[in-house]
Amino acid sequence: MALLRSAQQGEGSSMSVTTGVDGPPKVAFFNDPKVRSIGVQAILIAVIIFFGWQMVQNTLANLERANIASGWGFLDTTAGFDLSFTLIPYSESSTYGRAITVGVLNTILVAFCGIITATIIGFIVGVMRLSKNWLVAKVAEIYIEIARNVPLLVQMFIWYKVVLAALPSPRAAWSIGDTIFLSNRGITIPKFIWGDGAWMIGVAVVAAIAGIVMLKKWAHKRQEATGEQFPVFLTSLAILFGLPLLTYFALGAPVEFEFAEQGNFNLRGGVGLVPEFAALYFALSVYTASFIAEIVRSGILAVNKGQTEASYALGLRPNPALRLVVIPQAMRVIIPPLASQYLNLTKNSSLAVAIGFPELVAAGGTVMNQSGQAVEIITIWMAVYLTISLLTSAFMNWFNARMKLVER
Amino acid sequence: MSDIHSQRDLAYVRTEEAPAMPAPLTVSGPIGWMRENLFPTPINSLMSLIFGALLLYVIWITLEWSVFNAVWSGEDRSACIGDGAHGACWAMARAKFGQWMYGFYPFTERWRVDVVGIVGVLALVPMMMPSLPYKRINGIFLLGIYPILTLILLTGGNFDISFLPTITVNIDTGESSLNWSVWMVAFAFVLAIVVPILFLGFVAKIISPIISAIASAAIAGGVALLLIIMSIDFGLPYVETSKWGGLLLTLVVAVTGIVASLPIGVLLALGRRSNMPVVKLFSVAFIELWRGVPLITVLFMASVVLPLFLPPGTSFDKLLRALIGVALFSSAYMAEVVRGGLQAIPKGQTEAAQALGLTYWQNMGLITLPQALKLVIPGIVNSFIGLFKDTVLVGIIGLYDLLLIVQAANTDQKWVAPQTHSTGFFFAAAVFWIFCFGMSRYSMFMERQLDTGHKN
Repeated sequence: MALLRSAQQGEGSSMSVTTGVDGPPKVAFFNDPKVRSIGVQAILIAVIIFFGWQMVQNTLANLERANIASGWGFLDTTAGFDLSFTLIPYSESSTYGRAITVGVLNTILVAFCGIITATIIGFIVGVMRLSKNWLVAKVAEIYIEIARNVPLLVQMFIWYKVVLAALPSPRAAWSIGDTIFLSNRGITIPKFIWGDGAWMIGVAVVAAIAGIVMLKKWAHKRQEATGEQFPVFLTSLAILFGLPLLTYFALGAPVEFEFAEQGNFNLRGGVGLVPEFAALYFALSVYTASFIAEIVRSGILAVNKGQTEASYALGLRPNPALRLVVIPQAMRVIIPPLASQYLNLTKNSSLAVAIGFPELVAAGGTVMNQSGQAVEIITIWMAVYLTISLLTSAFMNWFNARMKLVER
Repeated sequence: MSDIHSQRDLAYVRTEEAPAMPAPLTVSGPIGWMRENLFPTPINSLMSLIFGALLLYVIWITLEWSVFNAVWSGEDRSACIGDGAHGACWAMARAKFGQWMYGFYPFTERWRVDVVGIVGVLALVPMMMPSLPYKRINGIFLLGIYPILTLILLTGGNFDISFLPTITVNIDTGESSLNWSVWMVAFAFVLAIVVPILFLGFVAKIISPIISAIASAAIAGGVALLLIIMSIDFGLPYVETSKWGGLLLTLVVAVTGIVASLPIGVLLALGRRSNMPVVKLFSVAFIELWRGVPLITVLFMASVVLPLFLPPGTSFDKLLRALIGVALFSSAYMAEVVRGGLQAIPKGQTEAAQALGLTYWQNMGLITLPQALKLVIPGIVNSFIGLFKDTVLVGIIGLYDLLLIVQAANTDQKWVAPQTHSTGFFFAAAVFWIFCFGMSRYSMFMERQLDTGHKN
């Protein structure tokens, strides 16, 4: 006992020499991590507030000097300029706010179209890159190395000023079965004219999707119970296209297509997509597809070869093995970078300002030049793009959490 | 025994191994290779034919346009107009070449740009080859002396320091008459001197107070010397930044952005992983804000709104504004790349460093960051490539970078011809492609060099 006590005392006394056993450790207060952390943060806050305050003060002073009223009132002012491509009714007498809305919608349209095309090209090229056929793999590689190492803006100008400008005039436009025309005035597609009851087709599409989901669940249950497989994919396809088509004919074909006709100088009818749109759309698709192709390739390569071999050993044929084993695992690797490419494509659509397609930045830029409301316009730009980005990343986080490998 | 002997003596029994027959022609050599890689199955053969034809067609079209039908020499547009001129108008490219490289930089002063370029290449090439020695000296030259040399040569030096506060640490961006408010400059100046001294003060704990004092004095002296050098009149005419253009401007924007984004990005990445809530929040907000918006809006902001943030009446160089925008934007991307590397370093490394008594900065500087940065070199180079491609956007706010100056040539009355656009864009695309492709190949090379085989 005594020995133990003395040992404890010894330990206690030796500790008191260095750090003190009762009070806090004897270090200089500015070396205490807590004090330091508070100090650093206080300084940071002070610096941010100081700079922010300076910026606000200067901005207000500068705006006053330039006689620019700050605030959002300018959105109701008449714009007085025309936009070459609008999805909603817009004229010179519309307001600035309307012009910016047109820009937002155009951004969404070009991003949507670009994402679909870029995904299709990207997946095809990505798989081609892995082909055992040397020539096919090489062609894919050449495409990727050229498309992703030339700036998007240069590509866009090449599409706009070189390729589209070299296309024939509307009189001799190239056409795909007289429905889609390609000329130096852009792309012309058939116009949909919605008749009475056309909304029923939309309902049919929704019903078809709901039906497919239920079919899938039922087929899964049946397979669990009986072991029998049901051709879900083919049935789904049939439902997806069959139901709307049936509705279409049952209602007596309420949708009409107005096909463009070649006139002497221009294409009459149809929906014209201006060359600026075509250039932006082609450039975005081709450029982003090269990145998507690399993502797809690395995703497929990331799946261990043993997975394929194991599924063969279990008796799966190559096709189901790819569909049930390889692709779900590859998608787990592919989807996060794919989403960031979609985001990049959306942000890159802002380059349209250089060729004058009225998307958000171009339309906003015109408003900014006319009204001088630079701070407000840039706030709108950043708010719209940030909203899109944050929504996408929120969705991706949710999706990632769902797809994540469940481990111990 | 004797049976075997007698068999060996038989004339018709081989005594040595027959030489291996060459593989049949169908599995070896070019034919075998083609059978295996191009025509293994009927469908594959069809695809080979289709893609082969496509490839040949594209190559033929390109060659025909750029070589066979091209116009190589001529005085003006008349050479590129006419029946024979369906190809590239290289005559125009030759006439405009100087402008495409230097912009509107005065003709008699272009040697200065050449010197900067040649010195840069001479210093960079040995730096990029892992086998060559003197990396440290070279690095000091590239990051310490070379920027000053570049600044003086490109602008002309002879900066006015009669009112000292207006000389800021931002001198490497190429502006000589920054009439910035005094507090801002004083802050930057103090930062430039105090931060290294404080930092060295921490280092002094492990090295020695004397060395640290000498180093601090050296830094302070260096800043003073720098100011003196900047103010010396070398007899070089002043060239304002609005005259810079072409590839020169593209490289200035790209290199400044790259050099500035790395340290800021590292700091932001560390901030994002910090335990201090304010620092973390600030870093996250900064990174997500810049990453969430397109570069073009950042450039518009830098060119239109940034002047509004400064005290009334201050003038501010356009190039410098664009550089600030590019640097902030790319540092946010760099921060995410570096963060990826930091996350890949196991916690045990930090814990071991702490157990050895290293401070936070010692741990980061000596243990964690060297490993993390090494891991993300491909990512860093990728974001450099992205930044290099993004520099073309400065054309939209009116800086004459390579792409904009090529377009300017298109509107030149002297050279207006059907193939002017395509020639210019082809040239610009080729220049960008060479730089970006080169960087990506170098990144692959470094990846192999640095792969120690210990990756988990």
